[in-house]
Amino acid sequence: MIFSEKYELIRKLARDFAENEIPSEMQDDIDRTGNFPPELYNKLAKSGLFGIKAPRELGGQGGDTLAYTICIEEIARVSAVTAIYVSGANSLGSGPLMLAGTQEQLEKYLGPVARGEKYPCFALTEPGAGSDAGGVTTTAVQDGDYWILNGRKAFITAAPISDFAIVFAKTDMSLGSKGITTFIVDMKAPGVSFGKPENKMGIIGCPTSDIILEDVRVHDSDRLGEVNKGFINAMKTLDYGRLGVASQSCGIAQACLEEAVKYAKERKQFGRPIAKFQAISFMLAEMATELQAAKELVYNGAVMKDRGDKNASMYCSMAKFYASEACNRIAAKALQIHGGYGYIKDYRIERLYRDARINTIFEGTSQVQQMVISGALLK
Amino acid sequence: MKIIVCAKQVPDTNEVKIDPVKGTLIRDGVPSILNPDDANALEAALAVKDANPGTTVSVISMGPPQACTMLHECLAMGADDAYLLSSRAFGGADTCATSTTIAAGIKKIADYDIIFAGRQAIDGDTAQVGPQVAQRLGLPVVTYVQKVREFKKGSVVVERQLEDGYEVIEVKTPCVLTCVKELNTPRYMTISGIIKACEETQVTIWNENDVNLPPEQCGLKASPTQVMKSFTPAPKGKGEMLSGSITEMATTLIAKLNEKHVL
Repeated sequence: MIFSEKYELIRKLARDFAENEIPSEMQDDIDRTGNFPPELYNKLAKSGLFGIKAPRELGGQGGDTLAYTICIEEIARVSAVTAIYVSGANSLGSGPLMLAGTQEQLEKYLGPVARGEKYPCFALTEPGAGSDAGGVTTTAVQDGDYWILNGRKAFITAAPISDFAIVFAKTDMSLGSKGITTFIVDMKAPGVSFGKPENKMGIIGCPTSDIILEDVRVHDSDRLGEVNKGFINAMKTLDYGRLGVASQSCGIAQACLEEAVKYAKERKQFGRPIAKFQAISFMLAEMATELQAAKELVYNGAVMKDRGDKNASMYCSMAKFYASEACNRIAAKALQIHGGYGYIKDYRIERLYRDARINTIFEGTSQVQQMVISGALLK
Repeated sequence: MKIIVCAKQVPDTNEVKIDPVKGTLIRDGVPSILNPDDANALEAALAVKDANPGTTVSVISMGPPQACTMLHECLAMGADDAYLLSSRAFGGADTCATSTTIAAGIKKIADYDIIFAGRQAIDGDTAQVGPQVAQRLGLPVVTYVQKVREFKKGSVVVERQLEDGYEVIEVKTPCVLTCVKELNTPRYMTISGIIKACEETQVTIWNENDVNLPPEQCGLKASPTQVMKSFTPAPKGKGEMLSGSITEMATTLIAKLNEKHVL
């Protein structure tokens, strides 16, 4: 895609920020210790990157989906876990609010997220409801002006550090996915607790844990959207989330390609740089081509979303499906080019390979994306 | 307060190569950036604006129309408006003609309190345009400003960087201050700033008539600088690091200098 000056400058901003503020020693420290530096978090919050799409009146940046995908891609190129913080605030956290929030809710929740004062999380998945998201068993029962929530949410990105969660709960057990309602739940409310952060393979530095809800009272003013209409908003939000994962895949793959090119030029075997061997150079050619195709699908999905195209969901799923799978193929080839050194933590490709792996899984596995795409085709 | 910042779009010299035959810069395909010292100048101005609501920051530059991108960047960082002096008549200007043109633009903006400029541009490294602009406008100038200490009524107190320290200077406003990188860390653009800069703010473009300059005072015709020859200096040989105690190193040094008949 040929970008206008506006998007080129947005890319420059995101790239400069990532390259200057997340040096490689810091990336290694985050991956080794699991601790995300508070000073980096604060800089992200102050930079406006948590509110890319939020309206300016609320302190957001007033950008569009394309701007969001470019930012995620550039940040993930340097640090995938940092991109998770940015996408979490923008897509899964802000998405449901922007889709269904009242003016009061936008001011109370979206504004603080956009300005970096509060952090949100998105609580849909449960131990028994993953790909089958409509099968959630968390319940919300009305009690006067309040709703009483009970249940357990699983694999919730950033749960332990969040100020509030967007929780999807059954308000009518007989209606399946059409009986789900969305609530904004204060993470300090009585009855809210967290599971132990998961010991993950990659994207280390952003805690993922269960959220346990035991008789949590949520005021009706914190119900987001209409009763029993939560699932549609969850699915629409996931379009943005999927583009985020797709952009993140492109960023990680870009880093893999750059590492592979650099290494292939440096590493000498049989008296010459391994890049001089066609077996290696053709691998690089294939990686670069797949990456470019992935990027074009992502930008296309973003533009479709911004235009409100009726097939936008399908294009977002195509972008997520292809980009995340391509990212894993590219990461595997980049590691292969590094040979034995690629298997050692001293080389950046080792972390990139682990960071790449989640992308075909979260926010809908590749198989779920295929269901969405084929569902749209066979409608 | 009204502040003017002088900025230049320059090739990113980190990525520039030199043509070994002609001895000139190969600019093809090299990205253009906001001159780093000018980013410090802009940051200094924006910091004043942050601390003093009601302050306006205008950025002025001379260059081809493509320099608008650099000015959009300045707007996206927080400048209020931007002016580009752009005309074929300005082409081929040396520092002398450039400062005449910039000064004419600044006169047209008028009513300023402080002009911030970068110490020098990374493409020419002359450090002449800032002081020359001050001279054309009849203003006092402080170069190598590493800190702005205090604004007083009708003056400003700054630290001027020296090789072995700094001097504190109080200078009457309006004045020109040229900034070094130690002055501050330039802020990032914001996304909302980029959107406003690209979609809502117009860069004002002036030619020689707009700033009342006769053609003979512009561009190549008004540039007395003559380039006799440009070349790439041959790399110096590798230096030698001495080690050991101070006495040992001093003894070795004297021996080496004697060997070369320096002593």
